[in-house]
Amino acid sequence: MSDISQEQRQGDTFGFIRRNIRQYGILFALIIIMAFFQIVTGGILFRPVNLTNLFLQNSHIVIMAVGMLLIIVAGHIDLSVGSVAAFVGALAALMIVRLGLPIPVVIVLSLAAGAIIGAIQGYWIAYWKIPSFIVTLAGMLVFRGLTMWVLQGQSIGPFPREFQMLSSGFIPDLFGPDKPNTLSLILGWGAACVILWLQIRNRRREEAVGIADEPFAFFAAKNALIFIALAWMSWALANFRGLPNVFIVMAVLVALYAFLSERTTIGRRIFAIGGNAKAAKLSGINSERVVFLTFVNMGMLAALAGMVVSARLNSATPKAGTGFELDVIAAVFIGGASMAGGVGTVIGAVVGAFIMGVMNNGMSILGIGIDYQQVIKGLVLMAAVIFDVSNKSKA
Amino acid sequence: MDSILEMRGITKEFPGVKALDNVNMTVRRGEIRALVGENGAGKSTLMKVLSGVYPHGTYDGEILYNGKPMAFRGIPDSEHQGIVIIHQELALVPQMSIAENIFLGNEIAHRGVIDRQETNRRTAELLAKVGLRESPETKVGTLGMGKQQLVEIAKALSKKVDLLILDEPTSSLNENDSDALLRLLASFRDQGMTAILISHKLNEISQVCDSITVLRDGATVAHHEGMVPESQIIRDMVGRSMNDRYPPREPKIGEVVMQVKDWTVSDPSRDRLLVNNASFALKRGEVLGIAGLMGAGRTELAMSIFGRSMGDWKSGEVTIHGKPADLSTVPKAIAAGLAYVTEDRKSLGLVLDDTIRRNIPLANLPGVAPKGVIDRQKEGQVARDYRKQINIRSSSIDQATVNLSGGNQQKVVLAKWLFSGPEILILDEPTRGIDVGAKYEIYTIIRDLAAAGKSIIVISSEMPELLGITDRILVMNEGRLVGDMPTAEATQERIMSVIIKSGHNLTDETLTPEEIEAENAHV
Repeated sequence: MSDISQEQRQGDTFGFIRRNIRQYGILFALIIIMAFFQIVTGGILFRPVNLTNLFLQNSHIVIMAVGMLLIIVAGHIDLSVGSVAAFVGALAALMIVRLGLPIPVVIVLSLAAGAIIGAIQGYWIAYWKIPSFIVTLAGMLVFRGLTMWVLQGQSIGPFPREFQMLSSGFIPDLFGPDKPNTLSLILGWGAACVILWLQIRNRRREEAVGIADEPFAFFAAKNALIFIALAWMSWALANFRGLPNVFIVMAVLVALYAFLSERTTIGRRIFAIGGNAKAAKLSGINSERVVFLTFVNMGMLAALAGMVVSARLNSATPKAGTGFELDVIAAVFIGGASMAGGVGTVIGAVVGAFIMGVMNNGMSILGIGIDYQQVIKGLVLMAAVIFDVSNKSKA
Repeated sequence: MDSILEMRGITKEFPGVKALDNVNMTVRRGEIRALVGENGAGKSTLMKVLSGVYPHGTYDGEILYNGKPMAFRGIPDSEHQGIVIIHQELALVPQMSIAENIFLGNEIAHRGVIDRQETNRRTAELLAKVGLRESPETKVGTLGMGKQQLVEIAKALSKKVDLLILDEPTSSLNENDSDALLRLLASFRDQGMTAILISHKLNEISQVCDSITVLRDGATVAHHEGMVPESQIIRDMVGRSMNDRYPPREPKIGEVVMQVKDWTVSDPSRDRLLVNNASFALKRGEVLGIAGLMGAGRTELAMSIFGRSMGDWKSGEVTIHGKPADLSTVPKAIAAGLAYVTEDRKSLGLVLDDTIRRNIPLANLPGVAPKGVIDRQKEGQVARDYRKQINIRSSSIDQATVNLSGGNQQKVVLAKWLFSGPEILILDEPTRGIDVGAKYEIYTIIRDLAAAGKSIIVISSEMPELLGITDRILVMNEGRLVGDMPTAEATQERIMSVIIKSGHNLTDETLTPEEIEAENAHV
């Protein structure tokens, strides 16, 4: 029995590519896009200073994309994240600048506010079965309005240095001020090694029980690429100002949510609800509570993104976060999630966010107008989804 | 003889199944013909051939209508000739008015602008013909099932119908509405219309039909003119022989495990009882069958016990090992040791795009995830064990369930529920749509589970299957348990006659129209 299936798997390299074309395709697309802009910008894209900017400018999208991925996998949507981010950013500004509360307290209260907002929206969606599109469309208007009201139409700022560190700070070097930044290098290289080790350990286990699906050449190439990219990137950043604080936040969140979505019962339940809500319910899954929690989580991440953005801009403004929801949702779909629910990966959504980010950045360096930028981004989103649909109908 | 319709040598094959095998049927002008047969005998397939749902060329044989050969390519073709079919599931848009529904796709319009007055006037005429006193502007969704059925008939009448086909028109109606519908049908006949009535209810057939055609296993096995004894029709319907398609077993039946008392469930609109005062006991190691026709309330009974997953629970209680059990939600039912294997594995049983490995632990995720983190080694082990144990044929445990055959999909659903560690398994149509070999395997699994001390309820529309694998058979009809017999004493004829006799004397327990009005007003 196992001989037969082993044999089938050996001869199934093509099948493996076909099944996983989306995951490889998206990574491949990112590499192509990066290479393209690296060349046409004359090497500006990968300069440490630009690389640093790339992370700073896209961190809020990545932070929200991991939450949005869960929402979309569960078969829902959240249009309110931009407004919620702006609203919580404004609340945080109010608490810091006007009330003078300590920064850690403000961060905790802001996250709680985001969670409460998510809970209110999630309650109507999960327990009253009101379509999420409508609830969060209403939320988008309500929280935009509340943002203006809280700020009285003005910007609040500047923030103390301590709060700005949240987005524009870099991790300190414990080993002295020389370049490269040793701690950054240790963290970056350490992470690259840990990831490689985890992958190899997992591969060994799969091989031991004969369930390794991915052809070895793919496995080796993929991990070599990831390792080299991480190691090189750490080196480049360490030679500039070190790893940005927000990069650490982002990396931790991505790792956490990738684990949550793939390896935990709650993650599995979210996928099952999106894949077949009725079957999930009849399997004893408390769909209402799971959907509710994904919205609470989304609210919290939107709050975090709101703080990061206002810390970077050094002020909370009534117009902050306008259109964020569309960038976040686009990132998730470019990353291979399905509108129908049940399909998607956290890593895909993050890669999708970086595709958008690199394109924004590269086109800005080239001096392409905002008009063309919008058109091109729209076409990329459309192309990604068309690719998905045609791929699925062929399978 | 003036025949309106002649179907000659109709044969229709699906991949692997011959649904119709050389069927011949001639219908006289101006009669009501009954078409009867067990579930799966081919009645609906035959009517789909006639109405063009299966276009000309996808079947063998010929259709003569008014003496001329017909080659329908679709429903519009047959409707153009005056053949109109009303399906068992009503095809009305609840949010639209009666008038809009009746002329849907056939609107009275000038240059695309709908003439509302003319539409309403014609609708009022049609409603008068079917005896429905409602405004044409009434939304269909606010009407009860009986009135909706009348709207369907009015819709058919709007199309100049000569031959009306009704597929189980009364299966979701209460007694009063059924009677009214049948009287209406008889009055149409007196005005010269021809009708074919597909029905399971032999009392209705004897009430209005002029002749009867019996289908069995895709072939016409009998034709009767006028009244014949019901026993004769039943013999015609079930007359196939039993062969040894079932694994032998020696039942070891123990104490009572689950007791259901006075279980009553209504449909969500509260105008009909889906399950009416059902009581039964299930013993350890027992395989208990529930027989009945489609729409008898068997699935409703099972799903309402399993976490009230269907209908509105009204009254009744369940005790497990003598103690009252709280089964009010699915998680509670699972915790109490129940498992329900659905009849609709694709839409209710599986996450189709997911793999075997990911589907199996779905009803018992903690079983592979101590502390909430999934142990992939354990998960893979569980999937491989079940794949081997119940012989799920697949390329690997990482194959998506959508690509499995029906029988193997069913085994994945079974594996999912076996992994939840149930004491009581309810299997709803466990062998529907799967091939004979896979059926035998499923029967063997059921036998082994019972031998291991599990208690099993099998709901099935295939009577030979129930007779072959169960210890005791409950008979259900129109929401009530109407028979309870040891399998050793049961025969297909006996079950069928219990069903048919029980259909004659209702009314006292169904709600009257006044009561429905009162209930609706209350809500």
